[in-house]
Amino acid sequence: MESFGISRDGHEWHFVVCMKVVPKPEEVRVDPETRRLDRAGARSEINPPDMNALEMALQLKDRFGGRVSIVSMGPPFFEPYLRVGLAMGADHIYLLSDRKFGGADTLATTYTLARGIQKLGPVDLVFCGEESSDGATGQVPPGLAEWLDFHQITLVTQVELDPLRRVVRGRRERPGGYEILEVPLPAVISVKTGCNEPRFMDYRLKPWAFAPERVTVWSAADLQVDEAFVGVAGSPTQVSGLAQAPSRERKRIRLEGSPEEVARLLAERLREIM
Amino acid sequence: MAASLYGPDEAQPALWVYLEHEEGVLERVSLELLSKSRALADAAGWRVAGLLLGHAVDPLVEQAFAWGADEVWVADHPLLEPFRVETHTAVAFQAILQGRPSVFLCGATPNGRDLAGRLAVRLRTGLTADCTDLRLDLEQGGVLIGEVTGFGGGIVALITMPRHRPQMATVRPGVFPLSSPQPGRTGVVIPLEVNLRPEELRTRVVERVVGRGVDLTQAPVLVVGGRGIHGRFDLLQELAALLGGEVGATRPPVDEGLIGRERQVGQTGVVCRPKVAIVCGASGAFQFVVGIQNAGTVIAVNTDPEAPIFEFADYGVVGDALQVIPALIEALRAERVAV
Ligand SMILES: Cc1cc2nc3c(=O)[nH]c(=O)nc-3n(C[C@H](O)[C@H](O)[C@H](O)COP(=O)(O)OP(=O)(O)OC[C@H]3O[C@@H](n4cnc5c(N)ncnc54)[C@H](O)[C@@H]3O)c2cc1C
Ligand SMILES: Nc1ncnc2c1ncn2[C@@H]1O[C@H](COP(=O)(O)O)[C@@H](O)[C@H]1O
Repeated sequence: MESFGISRDGHEWHFVVCMKVVPKPEEVRVDPETRRLDRAGARSEINPPDMNALEMALQLKDRFGGRVSIVSMGPPFFEPYLRVGLAMGADHIYLLSDRKFGGADTLATTYTLARGIQKLGPVDLVFCGEESSDGATGQVPPGLAEWLDFHQITLVTQVELDPLRRVVRGRRERPGGYEILEVPLPAVISVKTGCNEPRFMDYRLKPWAFAPERVTVWSAADLQVDEAFVGVAGSPTQVSGLAQAPSRERKRIRLEGSPEEVARLLAERLREIM
Repeated sequence: MAASLYGPDEAQPALWVYLEHEEGVLERVSLELLSKSRALADAAGWRVAGLLLGHAVDPLVEQAFAWGADEVWVADHPLLEPFRVETHTAVAFQAILQGRPSVFLCGATPNGRDLAGRLAVRLRTGLTADCTDLRLDLEQGGVLIGEVTGFGGGIVALITMPRHRPQMATVRPGVFPLSSPQPGRTGVVIPLEVNLRPEELRTRVVERVVGRGVDLTQAPVLVVGGRGIHGRFDLLQELAALLGGEVGATRPPVDEGLIGRERQVGQTGVVCRPKVAIVCGASGAFQFVVGIQNAGTVIAVNTDPEAPIFEFADYGVVGDALQVIPALIEALRAERVAV
């Protein structure tokens, strides 16, 4: 099995996928008292775009061999969710977990992820999701690429590897168009949400996936981070206050009747407005 | 805490806008950011600068002045066209260290996000993504306050970075209205030196297709379908066509692949400001409502009389959208014939 991942020149491919666990959107409630997001009652899931990223990495592993490592920065409760990725075909999980990492903004998150990836040794491609539903809306992949000093192709729907020239080619989606970019390895790829069908987990792999040795947890000390760059301390941005969203007053008029009657009333309103 | 490459004491009282352009036209979001920056700068006595990177971009300089820039920092070089994050980050980084602006703004577009994400790390500064409003706190010496949604219903978080410069933020297209341009308004052009060498460039653009996608931010009428329209976007399309508008969607139908992601409205989709939004079969989650709260008039159709969407609507119809919408299409057609 092992030799599968080694190409003719003896290179073993190493694909990394950055994954995060987020609260399920439909279960996040707003606390009527504090009007803040109440995540306590919400179940979590893998950030859905990260499943597309994992699927893209697994397809490359299917084709070229090698291994897929999942890297995540977050609290210990992430672990069981991430193991689903192992049952889908990934090889190992590296969870970067330390109280000191808490409260990280984009700068601190990308720094910490980069230190984790550097500790893995040589890697060829780092895959990220397009965005996290509770995060920095797509700013992590380029920031991570910058810390790693890797090239990047974002919003990719298809990738091709050229093992001989050691380059990756990606189709990057843009509004109304696309571009095909080629950069040398190693590189960071952010994957367009919904561009592929993430495979189901293989239930036969479940016992293997849930074995303790599949997960390595790295603390701040393990990563030998510069503590000025992690967590709250390493985050330039801060929440300096909360405010009422400036919402427009709405008329809140109910229109009643049969579909035909309401339709006539609506048509009248539309004529007035437009 | 680690410091940025320059601090508040060394920063200039200036707001910089990264000017995105395609095929000889400035992107609308860049003009929106110039409009907003102009207003902020006028109140503060600050300057507005545009950062213009590309090749043969001279004609765009005038536009930037007309939309409110006092200065345009220009790097004109064949290797800066088309956009490559590699080249634009390198040149923008040098320009920022030279000009030391207090604030640096980018559109939250694919290229703007790529550039902002890289630059913020290279400058060791903070980045507030997807602001829905921007303010300058002058009492604190010009701290940028970025308003960000997603912290709860009707609540916005105010994000600042008091000790780091430049204060970086991205803003999505459509969030700020355009001011009117002043043709003939001029300013200072500051040419930038470009030290890019072709042999050092690693990103190859193999193929490039430019198009104008759907732009929901500019639609005068928006007909939005939620999970409750059970995939019948054909009906909504018919209605939108009659009203000269576009079709949008909430996230669930997009996730299910019933409609393209470029039509998703809301916090992680598009923020729109149509004259009228007709929202069918959407419950009114705040992540969605953010996308239509700037609409002139909101009409909602929902079977559930308790649906939160009615709180955010001017006209609410409790009913089955699959009956109401066809009836509305009929009524509008009949009216047309009558006129
Ligand atoms: C970080 C984050 C970001 C998000 N970003 C977005 C975003 O950008 N955009 C977005 O939309 N969502 C977003 N969401 C998801 C959001 O929270 C809601 O889950 C989503 O908006 C619900 O979509 P919906 O109203 O279509 O579906 P539902 O909540 O399931 O509502 C369906 C509605 O249809 C009604 N209905 C059913 N049948 C009919 C019928 N025949 N006629 C009329 N009405 C009918 C029902 O009464 C119900 O009210 C985000 C969530 C998170 C956590
Ligand atoms: N804490 C994290 N751990 C691992 N990956 C992350 C983390 N935060 C963000 N990412 C990755 O970066 C992508 C974009 O996230 P964001 O920039 O927060 O929208 C996600 O889809 C993940 O792939």
